[in-house]
Amino acid sequence: MLKAKQFFLFGILLVCAVFLVSCTGTGQSGKTGEKAATSLQIKGSDTMVNLSQAWAEEFMQKNKGAGIAVTGGGSGTGIAALINGTAQMANSSREIKPQEKEDLKTKIGKDVKEYIVAQDGITFIVNKENPVKELTVGQLADIYTGKVDNWRELGGPDEKIVVLAREASSGTHVFVKEHVMKNENYRPDALLQTSSATIMKEVTVSKGAIGYVGMGYSSDQTRVIAVKKDAQSPAVVPSEATINNNSYPVSRPLYIFTAGDPVGVSKDFIVFVMSPEGQAIVKQMEFVPVK
Amino acid sequence: MKLSGGNPLAGTEMDLSPAKRSAGQNPRWRQPRALLEKVVETGLFLAALTGVVTIILIFLFLFKEAVPLLLAPGPTASLTAKNWYPVSTPPVFGLWPLIAGSLLVTFGAIAISVPLGVGAAVYLAMVAKPTVREFVKPAIEILAGVPSVVLGFFGIAVLAPLIQDIFGLPTGLTALTGAVTLAFMAIPTITSISEDAIAAVPGKYLEAALSLGATKWQSIVTVVVPAALSGVSAAIMLGIGRAIGETMTVLMVTGNAGVIPDSFLVPVRTMTATIAAEMGEVARGSLHYHALFVVGAVLFIMTFMINLIADLISRRLKKGA
Repeated sequence: MLKAKQFFLFGILLVCAVFLVSCTGTGQSGKTGEKAATSLQIKGSDTMVNLSQAWAEEFMQKNKGAGIAVTGGGSGTGIAALINGTAQMANSSREIKPQEKEDLKTKIGKDVKEYIVAQDGITFIVNKENPVKELTVGQLADIYTGKVDNWRELGGPDEKIVVLAREASSGTHVFVKEHVMKNENYRPDALLQTSSATIMKEVTVSKGAIGYVGMGYSSDQTRVIAVKKDAQSPAVVPSEATINNNSYPVSRPLYIFTAGDPVGVSKDFIVFVMSPEGQAIVKQMEFVPVK
Repeated sequence: MKLSGGNPLAGTEMDLSPAKRSAGQNPRWRQPRALLEKVVETGLFLAALTGVVTIILIFLFLFKEAVPLLLAPGPTASLTAKNWYPVSTPPVFGLWPLIAGSLLVTFGAIAISVPLGVGAAVYLAMVAKPTVREFVKPAIEILAGVPSVVLGFFGIAVLAPLIQDIFGLPTGLTALTGAVTLAFMAIPTITSISEDAIAAVPGKYLEAALSLGATKWQSIVTVVVPAALSGVSAAIMLGIGRAIGETMTVLMVTGNAGVIPDSFLVPVRTMTATIAAEMGEVARGSLHYHALFVVGAVLFIMTFMINLIADLISRRLKKGA
């Protein structure tokens, strides 16, 4: 009798458990539903999600009542949402295509307005004892895809290359993959590190190591590689200046697109983003400010 | 269950009338006391149930989030692929390198920590003078309290360069580095619990063995330690559990390269490190998100099996003894 009762109790708890678990699911979908009701929708580049979120949070602190929802999905998704009118702003890590411009014109009836809000650039570093001072973008790609695996092949000593990269969840990981490696996969034995700091640490102690870190992360413990666009181009050392004049090849501008001139909250937001305060956030998030 | 079965209260449900009669015959205070007893009993039952419910909840949640990937048409096959490329198009979620990485690091940690841990336990329980023991045992137990991130720092700053130098490797972030740091984490658990088990073996076992002419070493190895084996194996299993589930240390010192390792001297990537590194920024509901839950489910099943094996071993040993 008691056994049956306990079994019954257990059953009730099991039902509760299932209910609770299913609740978490509905809870999430409820949240996304709420977001749709807020006043400014920003969608697009995954690289810019965190940056955009940081801007939005700071902006909402200053302007109580303004609601900004930031979602990722990729640059293309963001531009598509702008064209469909489901987002008022698109984050993009690439230029808008002529076809997309035309679509926007026909669907919304307005010309695209583009703002370069930040620059994305990374620094390649090697061990101080490594004599290699400059590499072409192609050579970097060969290193990261695994086509080259000894420094001898790049004019260095006979030393195995230890390839350090960021975790797959990092925007930089994806940036290097898309921008340097032409979307080929990383060599499977690349060491994926969780932060720029651990990459620095490993490059400092391992003679054959190469890694990439955010701007402003280099120190005198490591050597910064000057990058050449191709074999004929001059080698350029990354800095805010060389990134902003587009001479450093491993960088890209980050855009915000709007349909026509922004008005209301959108306008305030763009003004905030371009303000010294907004650009300070850019630096904080390991991007390069444009002003 | 046995407790409640033997409880006289059981009668209240079976048949109300005799209970009523006995209540009438006995002094008045019996009834509130019976009520109190019932409340306490239910409370304890619920307390005991919390653990079970929690594990069921975790289990359900884990598999609920893992299933969508298994049902998705394309990438399911890629679970058996050789590489872990979560952000390539199409994504490849090969689990083998992660499973191999976890197993290799855990196996290495066991190979180092079991002899050291059990050896230390035997020394402390059977050989050491009481004064030495009073000093050494707490010292080993303090090691258990060192946060894993601190051990990770130690691994990166001291152990990795050392291993790199000794073996002349291109990088010191290897499976061996992970195994050694994990061994440091498992040793206190193994030593402390094994020592308790060995010390609990009745003194007459040792005396009997000695009086039969066995040397102290023979008595310890052939009589005392086997008598404590169920406790020692439980200690080892707890140590393994600690090692396989550890995240922070391995994330910091194993290098996180998703290749199927061919030796202890190459970087590896474990399941726990993968989840910790990628869960933070993965888009909720994406295939990558579900893939991480598949990894979690596999890890859950593995630790479940270890616990099950530990339970079976200790049961068999108890039966044998």
